[in-house]
Amino acid sequence: MSILSKEEAKQILEKALKFSKANDCIVTLNGSNSGNVRYARNTITTSGMRSSLTLGVQSSFGKKTGTTTITEFDDKSLEKVVRRSEELAKLSPENPEYMPPMGPQTYKDSPTFAKSTADITPEYRAQVAADSIEPAAKKDVTAAGFLNDNAGFNAMMNSKGLFAFNQSTNLSFSVTMRTNDGTGSGWVTRDYNDVKKFNSAQASQIALDKSLLSRKPKAIEPGKYTVILEPVAAGSLIGNMIGNMGARQADEGRSFLSKKGGGNKLGEKLVDERITIYSDPWNTEVPSATWDGNGLPLQKRTWIEKGVVKNMFYSRYWAKKKDKEYTSGPANGIMLGGDASIEDLIKSTKKGILVTRLWYIRTVDPQTLLYTGLTRDGTFYIENGKIKFPVKNFRFNESPVIMLNNLEALGQQQRVNGNLVPSMKIRDFTFTSLSDAI
Amino acid sequence: MNRRNFLQLAGMGAGAMMLPIPLIGKEVSLEHMLNPIMSVADKKKLANIGLNTAKSKGATYADVRIGRYLNQYVITREQKVQNLVNTESFGVGIRVIANGTWGFASTHDVTKEGIAKATEQAVAIAKANSKFQKEPVKLAPVKGYGDVSWKTPIKKNGFEVPVSDKVDLLLKANSEAKKNGATFVNNRLFLVNEQKYFASTEGSYIDQDVHRIWSFPTITVVDRKKGKFQSRNGLGAPMGMGYEYLEPKAADKIAGPTGTNITLYRNSYDLVQDCIDGAKQAKAMIGAKSIKPGKYSVVLEPNHLGLTIHESVGHPLELDRVLGYEANYAGTSFATLDKWKTKKFNYGSNIVNLVADKTQVGSLGAVGFDDEGVKTKKWHLVKDGVLVNYQAIRDQVHMLDQNESHGCCYSQSWNDVQFQRMPNVSLEPGKEKYSVNDMVKDVEKGIYIVGRGSYSIDQQRYNFQFGGTLFFEIKNGKVTGPVRDVAYQSNTQEFWNSCSKICDASDYRMFGSFFDGKGQPPQVSAVSHGSSTSRFDNVNVINTARKI
Repeated sequence: MSILSKEEAKQILEKALKFSKANDCIVTLNGSNSGNVRYARNTITTSGMRSSLTLGVQSSFGKKTGTTTITEFDDKSLEKVVRRSEELAKLSPENPEYMPPMGPQTYKDSPTFAKSTADITPEYRAQVAADSIEPAAKKDVTAAGFLNDNAGFNAMMNSKGLFAFNQSTNLSFSVTMRTNDGTGSGWVTRDYNDVKKFNSAQASQIALDKSLLSRKPKAIEPGKYTVILEPVAAGSLIGNMIGNMGARQADEGRSFLSKKGGGNKLGEKLVDERITIYSDPWNTEVPSATWDGNGLPLQKRTWIEKGVVKNMFYSRYWAKKKDKEYTSGPANGIMLGGDASIEDLIKSTKKGILVTRLWYIRTVDPQTLLYTGLTRDGTFYIENGKIKFPVKNFRFNESPVIMLNNLEALGQQQRVNGNLVPSMKIRDFTFTSLSDAI
Repeated sequence: MNRRNFLQLAGMGAGAMMLPIPLIGKEVSLEHMLNPIMSVADKKKLANIGLNTAKSKGATYADVRIGRYLNQYVITREQKVQNLVNTESFGVGIRVIANGTWGFASTHDVTKEGIAKATEQAVAIAKANSKFQKEPVKLAPVKGYGDVSWKTPIKKNGFEVPVSDKVDLLLKANSEAKKNGATFVNNRLFLVNEQKYFASTEGSYIDQDVHRIWSFPTITVVDRKKGKFQSRNGLGAPMGMGYEYLEPKAADKIAGPTGTNITLYRNSYDLVQDCIDGAKQAKAMIGAKSIKPGKYSVVLEPNHLGLTIHESVGHPLELDRVLGYEANYAGTSFATLDKWKTKKFNYGSNIVNLVADKTQVGSLGAVGFDDEGVKTKKWHLVKDGVLVNYQAIRDQVHMLDQNESHGCCYSQSWNDVQFQRMPNVSLEPGKEKYSVNDMVKDVEKGIYIVGRGSYSIDQQRYNFQFGGTLFFEIKNGKVTGPVRDVAYQSNTQEFWNSCSKICDASDYRMFGSFFDGKGQPPQVSAVSHGSSTSRFDNVNVINTARKI
């Protein structure tokens, strides 16, 4: 059993900490039970379960630090791991950016744990696979998918008296449906803390419908198009933008938020004023842990407010150096949306492209956050408010900053990979070439 | 270790503020790393317990992998050591076939009891999964090799070199880069040692000691006045070598074409010189001319071309992708069996010969035997431009009507199940005697591209886009100077058919991918790609400059 209660975790951490002779000591304890099923070619290919429980010790003498981990928890092992981290610390060169551990903090719990997810059985996983495979086979379609579920906890304690604990569950699912004539492909992804919210048959049906609708796509010229991005397509680019909002990179002159002549773009308008993105660990749709790796209590924090850069991440060291508040990166991302459904967005589009998903996204230029990648698993041409026909996939070269300045409309939010992202309509999205891939 | 964890460890990811806890394995002291944990004789005894337990429980096949995986990472920026990490992971993985179905279980408890218990679990999983199996597993025959061993032919074990020597080397390189105009330098060194013992019911007991090394600097120049920055990655390659790779030899330094003034590396790497060059080149790139989009001849240097080979040849010719097993993650492949069966599918022009090779000395993928006990070999994937074969393992080759595994089965650790992974895939050197200057001299309008850059390819490996580290314009047979904002887009078959000239063997060297990901849950592997500088005509080049 790798999921410990708060008290059990606390006891082990206290015991380990008692062995410490270092100036500063941080101990962490992480455990999880996870299970998965993988299927392809309409049959289950692999399934497995995995448990882990790991204790980490970081000891510091002055600005010298050593870290060790161990997977055994008897007294002798606990003492051994602490001693070993102390030996490593003494051997290490000084880190001028070392920050001592923080003192005790208080945390407000977030609903990250659902017993129903922790109780998932191998039979349930097999049923999820069957919910894809059976309807696919009936329609001459082949399903390949993956379900992974996880229940775990994280705990940390330090020599200054800080103790933090969180239990969480998560499941992620995706399935690709390919028509057996090789001309159509559909895909869907879902993720939740609580498996009760997951309807695998319904999700699989979306991928199946898309695979059938996307058969025999036509080639249209690449160029600049109005696009409707489903939440998962938009989220992949916007997530990359938010992930790059570190203050240090910007202050050092090597970020899209660096300012000519020095400094960063905090407080400046970056994108369309309808764009607001924030983090909220207590949001019931996308709950997250309420403390970061240093034990800092997380807050609800706005990154972009009405198009303006409101906050950037400051590490403890950089915050101190720049006399700013220590600001951890986002635990989740929530982007405000609108009321429009995807169908509404299509209805209001004269000429455009509906994009299910963007794939193989890589940075082309970190200065402008230019990314390249491709559409995949359901790309459709829209004319006069209606889907006309499926189109061949495109390669895009686009920056989320340019994209969010070309905003036409925001649609309803959906959970994507632990974040809430709306669908959106964007004008002048840049497609640079065609792909024959299905 | 997965890619995200690697990024965190290297201080490059968004999680860099988190405690630097490694993924696979616990951290250990240096002395501990240099002491063997268990003798080969003891490993054999324990492995036999697994094999016998499997058979007694009804398995028709079993293999036991007792593995010790050591990693050492040195992570620096400017004059600071950000992280020093030693990790070790030791355990055993048992794979069986029962009721015609695979089962796998692993344990860190490398004792008689631990192995017997895990083996029973593996058999139980196989039996449970057999309910969903449509066709029983069919293994290609393999010889039992008895007691054999293999070792990466290293000259100097990187783990025996004092950490202080490594730190000194990296900090010296960083300081030289700064003196030559770098604003920032991130410099990382990765050492890997896999001590793998394999035993199977086929009668093989294989002991292997595998070493890999990667020195990876990134030099950044910031021009505050212009509000621009430029990074230049190192031009060395990860290798299946010991620390001797970081002891530079003049004979391993290769000059780029006349007019480029660059130094490239073969079997040893001058980290300090490359960081000095990197600082100067990053500075030059900031002020370089922005490329005019259009059709160009591209002359691709091996440390660049290796990634193009990896993405457009290595991945599409993995048989599991071709068959649809990776459809939900990495994707499928355009190189379908029907194309292969025609024996006429022109993957490339007739000078293109692409080989898979698990024996190449100094390569990341070189081993004596793969992770299911098959002796490694070299074979053609594309011969004289025609698609002739794929990459497959014991339970796949029958689908190609072949009866000998290609020997490319791999697992990243004892606690992950082995599966088909890409072997080294390389472009053979040209048969005619051509130098790099011969590649350039008859090009009217072209670009010489050096080193890896951004890369992206579709899920069936048709359409791709590649950037690079350095770009030089070629006009009327001469290199005229650096250019920037370059990426080329093409289609795999079209691209390889536009290959018009390949340098001879004197220019041949390897590129490597140290953390190549595949599978769900994902596993990493390391693989090299050799080539000589090659030319491709009429390739579509785009300009990547934007304003935000």
